[in-house]
Amino acid sequence: MNYADILKKYDVVIGLEVHCQLATRSKMFSSASASFGNEPNTNIDPACVALPGALPVVNEEAVDLAIRMGLATECHIAPISVFARKNYFYPDLPKGYQLTQFDKPICLDGQIILKSEKTIRIERIHIEEDAGKNVHVGNASLVDYNRSGVALIEIVSHPDISSPEEATEYLKRLHTFAVHLEVSNGDMEKGNFRCDANVSIKLKSEKTLGTRTEIKNINSFKYLEKAITHEVERQYEVIEEGGKITMETRGYDSERNVTYTQRSKEQAHDYRFFPEPDLPPLIVTKERIEKVRKLLPELPEVRAKRFEDIYGLPAYDAGLIVSNKYAASYFENLVKALVGKVEPKACSNYFMSDVLRSLKIESEKTGLSVDEITEFPVSLSQSVELLSLVSEGIISQRIAKEVFEELIISQKMPREIVKDKGLVQVSDDSEISKVIEKVLNESPAQLADYISGKEKLFSYFVGQAMKATGGKLNPAKLNELLKSAIEVRRK
Amino acid sequence: MAFSSEFARYPQKHSAYELAKSFREKKRSCVTYLEELFSHVESSNSKVNAITSLEKQYAFKKARELDGRDATVDEKLFGVPVVLKENIQKIGFSVSCGSKMLNGYRGQFDATAVARLEKAGAILIGSANMDEFAMGSSNEQSVHGPVLNPHDLTRVSGGSSGGPAVATTLGFAPISLGSDTGGSVRQPAAYCGILGFKPTYGQISRYGLVAYGSSLDQISPFARTAKDLDLFMEIVGYEDKEDATSLQHRYQSKLNEVSLKGLKIGIPRSLVKEGLDKNVRESFHKMEEGLIAAGGKIVDIEIKHLEHTLSVYYLIACAEASSNLSRFDGIRYGYRAAGAKDLGEHYARTRSEGFGEEVKRRIMLGTFALSAGYYNEFYGKAQLIREMMRKEFENKFKEVDFILTPTAPTSAFKLGEKSHDPMQMYLNDIFTIPANLAGICALSVPAPVAKNTLPIGLQFMAPWKKDADLIALCQALEDAQLIQVTEL
Repeated sequence: MNYADILKKYDVVIGLEVHCQLATRSKMFSSASASFGNEPNTNIDPACVALPGALPVVNEEAVDLAIRMGLATECHIAPISVFARKNYFYPDLPKGYQLTQFDKPICLDGQIILKSEKTIRIERIHIEEDAGKNVHVGNASLVDYNRSGVALIEIVSHPDISSPEEATEYLKRLHTFAVHLEVSNGDMEKGNFRCDANVSIKLKSEKTLGTRTEIKNINSFKYLEKAITHEVERQYEVIEEGGKITMETRGYDSERNVTYTQRSKEQAHDYRFFPEPDLPPLIVTKERIEKVRKLLPELPEVRAKRFEDIYGLPAYDAGLIVSNKYAASYFENLVKALVGKVEPKACSNYFMSDVLRSLKIESEKTGLSVDEITEFPVSLSQSVELLSLVSEGIISQRIAKEVFEELIISQKMPREIVKDKGLVQVSDDSEISKVIEKVLNESPAQLADYISGKEKLFSYFVGQAMKATGGKLNPAKLNELLKSAIEVRRK
Repeated sequence: MAFSSEFARYPQKHSAYELAKSFREKKRSCVTYLEELFSHVESSNSKVNAITSLEKQYAFKKARELDGRDATVDEKLFGVPVVLKENIQKIGFSVSCGSKMLNGYRGQFDATAVARLEKAGAILIGSANMDEFAMGSSNEQSVHGPVLNPHDLTRVSGGSSGGPAVATTLGFAPISLGSDTGGSVRQPAAYCGILGFKPTYGQISRYGLVAYGSSLDQISPFARTAKDLDLFMEIVGYEDKEDATSLQHRYQSKLNEVSLKGLKIGIPRSLVKEGLDKNVRESFHKMEEGLIAAGGKIVDIEIKHLEHTLSVYYLIACAEASSNLSRFDGIRYGYRAAGAKDLGEHYARTRSEGFGEEVKRRIMLGTFALSAGYYNEFYGKAQLIREMMRKEFENKFKEVDFILTPTAPTSAFKLGEKSHDPMQMYLNDIFTIPANLAGICALSVPAPVAKNTLPIGLQFMAPWKKDADLIALCQALEDAQLIQVTEL
C-alpha cells in the first residue's frame, strides 16, 4: 500500500488550527514582558500568576496585529467581538480559565488561495492568551509562567485541505503573512507558530465526513507533511481492517515518524464558556481598520508585482528578492538611493549576482538559511557607494567586483578601499593614450595581424592594456582611444 | 455600656474630615492619636472580633513620617486611620478573605483604591474580618470566627463586611473599606447603625479587590458622616486603567446642592407591604413622614422584575464566583493539602479542605449554572432579566429622584439564628441586591432609634453615576435629623 493507492479509494480531509504568537512587547492582558528565553518566572506580574484581585487589560497593539492578519487573509473584521472564559484546571493555567474568544471572534470568513488556485476558507481568527509551561524534572513537575498570558491568535481553517502538500503550502502562506506583516516572529522552534491538524478520510462515494483525529503541536513544515501522511496511512489501515477511528488527540513522534494517542476526545471537557465580565466587548471601528490597513507592511506578492511594474524587473528576479523581507527592503532602498544614477535593472543585476552570493556565503558560515538572514554582509550604504562609484566613472565594473569581495569581509567603505588600493579608474585621455602607445609598440606582430583583418585581436590589446595598469583603465575610453590609435597606425 | 471610649461615642469629633483638618493644622500628632487609638482597639476588639490583623508598625512608621512634615494640598486624608476588609490587596497586610484557603497570605500588591488613599495621606492600620470570600450576610462564615454586633454582642454584625462595619462603628477608623456585591456593606451598616455606601458599578476601581461576582462587586466605604463619604469618593472615585470596567467618569462633590424640598422619592410599595420587622416598618414610615414634612414628595412605584431578584443574583454571582475562585488551587499561594498522590487528588483535597461550606455550595451552584446544556436556561436567562431590571430602574428614575426601601427586613438577628438555612440567609439581601444588578449606587442610612434599641437601616438608591447627588442627599438628611448614627 502506498499513499497514491489510498487516494484511489479515499478522499483525505484536513483542517488546520494555527496558534500564532503575536510579536508584542507585552502580554495580551497584562503589561508583563512577553520576551522569550528568560529565567523562569521573571516575566510575570499579578495577572500572569493569577494573584487574587488581579484584572486583565487588553493590549491594543495585539488587537491591531490580529486585524492585520485578518486583512491579509481577507477576513471580515467584526465591529464587536467578545472575550470569554474557557474554564478548566491545569497547573499551567493559573486562573483556572483561559481568556479567549468563543462565539464572537474578531475575524470571520477569510481565505487563502493556493498556487493551484484552490481556495482554502478560513473560518475564524480569534485572540487568546497562551498558557505557562510545565516542565518535568524527575518526580517533580515545575511550572514556568513566563509564557502565561502571551498574546496569541488562533487561525482556524475549514476542512478544505485535501493533501499533506496543500496543508504545507497553506501553512507556509500563513507563516509568510505572519512574518512579512510583522504580526509574529514566526519562529517555529521557539513555539511562536504552532499547528494542530485535524485529519480524516472517507470513501470517495461517501458524503459524510469520517471521524477525525487531531494531531497536536506540530512545529515544523516538514513534520506537518510527514505527520499527516502517516496519519492517513494509519487511518486507512484501521478502516480497511474493519476497525473504527476514535476521535482523539494524537501527538507526532518525529524520530519514529508515527502518531500516537494523547488523550481521547470523548472525555471532552465542558469548558463552561461565558463572556468575560472583567472586559467590555471589544469594539473595532471602521477608522481603526483603515488605519491598520494603511500601515500594513506590503505583502510579498504585491511587492513582487510592484518591482516588476515599476522597476521593470523580470518576474523571476522579483520573486526571489521578495522572499526575504530584509532583502526586499535592501533592494528597494538601494534603488531609491541611486535614482538618477543607476537603473533599477542594474541594481537588480548587482543584487542577484553579488549580494545574493554574499548571502549564500553568510548562510554557509552561520548555518542559517538564506531567507532567515536579517543582517547583510555588505551593508546598504556600502552597496550604494559602490554602485555610485561605478556610475561616476571612478571605477570600472570589473574593479567594482574586486572591491565587492573586499566589502564582504570588511567594514570599510568602498571609497576608502579604492583609495587604499589605488583602484581609481584611469579616464584621462593622455594617460590612456600613453599606455596604448606602449602596448602597440610592444606588439607589432599582433598589430600587423589585426590590420590585415584579424579583428579578434582587439581584445588582446585591451587585455594587455588592462594588465599593464592592473585593470584600472576606463574601458569605454580605452576602446575609443585604442580604435583611433590603431587607425592612425593603419595609415 | 460596653463601649464607652470617645472614639466610639463621638463620630463627628473623630470624623475623617475633622481629623485630617487637625493633623494638617498640626493641632495634634498622628503618632499620639494612634497610640490612644490602638489602646482603644486592643481593649475593644476582643469583644467583637472585627480586626483580624492590626498593623501597628506600619501605621506608626507612616504617622512618624506625616508628623515630620507638612501636608500637601492633595493630602485630604492626612493622618486619617483607615481599615481594610481583608479581601483588598495591600502589600504586607493580611489578605486572608476570611478563609482557610488564604489564612496567612499577605498582600503582594496595592489595590488602586488603597494606593489612592495612601497618596491622600491616609494611614492604613489593619485588616478586618469578613465572611469567607465575601459570601455571606452575617459574618458567621469566617475562619477567624464571627464578628459580633457592638450594640448587642449576642447578635451578628451583618456581612459579608462585618469586620470593617464594626471597626467604624467603634471608631477604630472613621472610614473603613468593605466590598458590596449584593449588600455586603449596606446591610452590616444597617445592623450597626452607621453609613454604608455602594458606588455606581465601576466608579471605584476593582483592581486589587479579590473577585467574587465580577459584574457586581464594588469596593464600598463605611463612614459616620456624609462629608467623610464625599471626601473618600473624591479621592478614589475616578477611572483606573488597570480596571477595564472602571467608569470614565470622575466623582465630583455636590455637597450642599441637594435639598429635600421638592424631592421626588419613589417607594416600591408592594415590596415593603409585608415581611418587615415591626420596628423596621415603623422607622420606614417615620422616614416617609419626615421627608414629606421637609417638603419632599413620595411617589409609589412598581418595579416588576424585582420578583426575580434572588434567583437572578444567585445565578450570576455564583457563576462568576465559581470561575473566579478556580485560581485557588494550592499551586502558587495559599492552602495546599498534604500527601496528595496525583494532580486530581491535589486539586480535590486542597479545595475541599481549604474552602468552607457556603463557598463550596456557591461554587457548585455556579458551575452548574454555566454547564453545557444549562447555560441558556440559567446564566444566559439571568443576564437577560438583569438587563430588563436595569432598564426598568432607568425608566423609574425618570419619574423620581431617589428610591427608598428598608436596607434589610429586620434588625441584626441572633448568632446562629439563620445559619442553618441558606435560603433564610439569602432573603436578608432582598432589598440590597437590585442595586448591584442594575449597577446603580445605593446608600444605607441609620434611622433615628430610641435608646437601647437595635439599629435600623434604610436604603436610598440613586440613578447611574449620581453618586454625588446621593451623598449630598445624605447630608441633607443629616441636617434635617432624619438620620442619626446609632449611639453605643
